[in-house]
Amino acid sequence: MPKVKVKRKPTAIDMTPMCDLATLLLTFFMLTSNFIQKEPVTVNTPSSISEIKIPERNVMMVLVDKTGKVFFGMDGKQNRMDLLEKMGEAYSIKFTKDELKKFSTINSFGVPIQKMKDFLALPNDQRDRKENALGIPADSTNNQFKNWIKAARSINRDARIAIKADQKTGYPVIKKVMNTLQDLDENRYNLITSLEQNPDKN
Amino acid sequence: MADVNTGGGSSKKKGNKPQAKKLSCRIDMTPMVDLMFLLITFFMLTTSMIKPQTMEISVPSKKKVDAQDETKVKASRAITVILGKNNKLFYYEGTQINGVDPKVQPTNYGPDGFRKYLIERNIDVMTKIRDLRKEREKTKMADTTFERKAAKLRADINAPTVIIKATNDASYKNLVDALDEMQICNISRYAIVDITPYDLGLIKDLNK
Repeated sequence: MPKVKVKRKPTAIDMTPMCDLATLLLTFFMLTSNFIQKEPVTVNTPSSISEIKIPERNVMMVLVDKTGKVFFGMDGKQNRMDLLEKMGEAYSIKFTKDELKKFSTINSFGVPIQKMKDFLALPNDQRDRKENALGIPADSTNNQFKNWIKAARSINRDARIAIKADQKTGYPVIKKVMNTLQDLDENRYNLITSLEQNPDKN
Repeated sequence: MADVNTGGGSSKKKGNKPQAKKLSCRIDMTPMVDLMFLLITFFMLTTSMIKPQTMEISVPSKKKVDAQDETKVKASRAITVILGKNNKLFYYEGTQINGVDPKVQPTNYGPDGFRKYLIERNIDVMTKIRDLRKEREKTKMADTTFERKAAKLRADINAPTVIIKATNDASYKNLVDALDEMQICNISRYAIVDITPYDLGLIKDLNK
């Protein structure tokens, strides 16, 4: 007696709703997020209970890594171009249009102004290397950092200054940065921290 | 959904002409879904949803203030905190009176250390703020109103004033932690001041 063969239907699932869902999610992610900004150094910020959010625009970012190197960044392509031009004038270095354009794509940098030309001449992938994260000189004898802040302030009047320093950074470096800001009469700034639960809230 | 409509689905025969069979061509959506999820994964990995938190501080201006405008801290309400090396922390109350040095207390950053002491010192403000929080939960108070009231409470004239002095061996984390304690303990009057040789002398034996 021959076996009765049950005809199996191939289970074809209609993938269309799945696709719709994925598209929806994708759209959501694209609209609600902003790309992680590349930073020349990794910084582990200390945590605090304050919940003030940093604005998206008009921010001057001062990065301090654990060895005490100082980096600086500013938002806005046009602002960045103006900034470099201003600094070039101050140190009598002439930057070409091409260099200005390149500089406007860099988020934050840490090279002395004398080496800026070489730094900009590097291809994009080499710029993020460790050996190019020299830090901006911020000593009292050669305080380029101060001039960067000054130039940035003259370009963007309502930018906020945010300091993002590593947990392990020694206090003397922070003090140096804070004193520089104080000299420029920048008396309000934000310290970027990660979030921690307030023990008194509950 | 994914069926492409290929004209009328009517099976009306016109005359006796044989009609070509209309196949509804279904598109397989699976690769499309794969692609979508790939894109989603890419976006999830390369973007940051959270904005970084910040702590606002304002420091006094360096411009010369007249002697009479200077805020004098009453010694009885002043607490000086010294951030030492290896996450050590010391505090003393008041200042040197008639040549007698204030007693320096070693403490720590934990909840039972400096925070406990500060809450004790600032208990009036703390209880008022806690009551205000309860009231906020009851009456659905607006955040701005709450903040305004809280700020008013924090500015209580009898609240302690904290002077933060960091030694050169302290780390940035110590500083942020100390500032954080001010926030937790609702202390609105605090200042970051350079350390003096006198303070260093006080903690010389303890800060090893």
